[in-house]
Amino acid sequence: MKNSKPHKIRWSFIIFFIPVALWLFLLIVFPHLELLKMSFTGTDFYGKSGFTLENYGEFFKEPIYWRTFARTALYSIFVTFIVLVISLPVTFYITKIAKIKSQGFLTILVLIPFWVSELIRVYGWIILLRESGVINKFLLKIGIFKVPHEMLYNDITMVMGLVYTSMLFMIVPIIGVMESLDDALIEAAYDLGAKKTTIWRKIIIPYVTPGIMSGSIIVFMLVLGSYLTPKLMGGKNALWFTEQIYNSMIIYFNWNQGAAFGFLLLLLSSLIIFVALKVTRQDFKEVVK
Amino acid sequence: MILAFNNSMFPSLPWKGFTLDWFFGRGPDKIGIFHDDSNLRSIFTSIRVAVAVSALSTLVGTMAAFLFEHEDFKFKQAFYFLMLAPLVIPGVILGISILLFTNAVGLFFEDKLGLDMRFLAPGYWLVVFGQFSFITTITTMTISARLKKFDRTLEEAAYNLGANKLEVLRFITLKYLRPSIVGAAAIAFLMSFENFNTTLFLVGSDQTLPINLYLQVRDGSTPVINAIAFILITFTSIVAVANLYGGNKKNQT
Repeated sequence: MKNSKPHKIRWSFIIFFIPVALWLFLLIVFPHLELLKMSFTGTDFYGKSGFTLENYGEFFKEPIYWRTFARTALYSIFVTFIVLVISLPVTFYITKIAKIKSQGFLTILVLIPFWVSELIRVYGWIILLRESGVINKFLLKIGIFKVPHEMLYNDITMVMGLVYTSMLFMIVPIIGVMESLDDALIEAAYDLGAKKTTIWRKIIIPYVTPGIMSGSIIVFMLVLGSYLTPKLMGGKNALWFTEQIYNSMIIYFNWNQGAAFGFLLLLLSSLIIFVALKVTRQDFKEVVK
Repeated sequence: MILAFNNSMFPSLPWKGFTLDWFFGRGPDKIGIFHDDSNLRSIFTSIRVAVAVSALSTLVGTMAAFLFEHEDFKFKQAFYFLMLAPLVIPGVILGISILLFTNAVGLFFEDKLGLDMRFLAPGYWLVVFGQFSFITTITTMTISARLKKFDRTLEEAAYNLGANKLEVLRFITLKYLRPSIVGAAAIAFLMSFENFNTTLFLVGSDQTLPINLYLQVRDGSTPVINAIAFILITFTSIVAVANLYGGNKKNQT
């Protein structure tokens, strides 16, 4: 088949190849090379631009920068972990315990908020939690609070918001894998006298690891790169690193500094994903499928 | 937990009952939104962006799916990795690097050739490019998933019956792919419509709806936002449910 029409195959190949190559190079490869270049560029005293390490030096010199950076990284890992811990029982319930009929309904229920923009979900929380919000009004009415409390703008609320907005991205991949887990395996383990924790540790978790990894990567990326939730729900004196990038890019108009920050964030995210994949011995290509 | 999800489907429910001012505030404001110029304009901008993005990304996504599933070439693995890369690049970074790059290219054209490349300045086209750059990955993956299951003997049968390449593509392969192409277009539309992070750095004067809403939420909210949120949720739910029932049950990411 292939030998009979080598000519035509080449043509169709070229037609398919050009737009894809344009997309990948013009919008992915070159912009990131430019980002890297900009991050090493600085303007010297006379207004000439040249190679410099200044932008990165600034990051390590100013504690506020690297503290925000570390805070963002640690919180992202923390949020990913919490999301994972909550998602496992939820997915287990949906795939194994819930009745077949309600399964589809539950899946749709889980999926729909995924389509609603993050902003609106955060806004919902703001309405509920703020000083004049629904929960405060309710608690005042039934007499638990004497005065309204501000429940927004602290780290706990922010973590909760992040967990909430990214939960679905963990649940969906895990459901995908957990569905194919044979119930007989679990039952067999029960019959052989295994405890619940043992079953989770030895059977379920190893089986769904690919789902856990792809979910974790997506959640981690989303949390690390999120801007809205930390900005709108987090404390006023505690920045998220993306806000730092936004500030230097748009407010101070220091693009070189912003590029350096951006590159650091990119480096961090790639590094953590790389380490996570190595530790669990998963293949990146398998995971993102 | 499921109740919490349920909660977000209709965020209007909890306060609708509890506080009356919101309830009364909503009535007139729901009409009010249609007189609200800045919000209306941003909705319109968002739709224009989303249409362009979903058309472009579906087209290129289909091509990429063919490329990775049916063609063989040097560095295919490397390209495949590149194609997946946007999944692990935070949207904010994608936004700034595209901003920096287009700015550099724009300057180059202006300095060397004296051309004023308007569309490279922050604005409509940059937003389209920015969203296109990562949404195409999603559309490619959605369409590839279906193309993988395609039985290529069907194509060969058609060739043997005397069909030419274009006819085969049109009547056999594309017909087979249609559900996934429609699904991918719908996903692309929704993703584009709600994207915030990448768009944030690329918008010019015409803001998209999420950006405009964000500015309003940040500077103090009014019930108009509730009205918009309600409309948006209804709209996206309809599209999403239609998409789910449309046979495209398996959603990527």
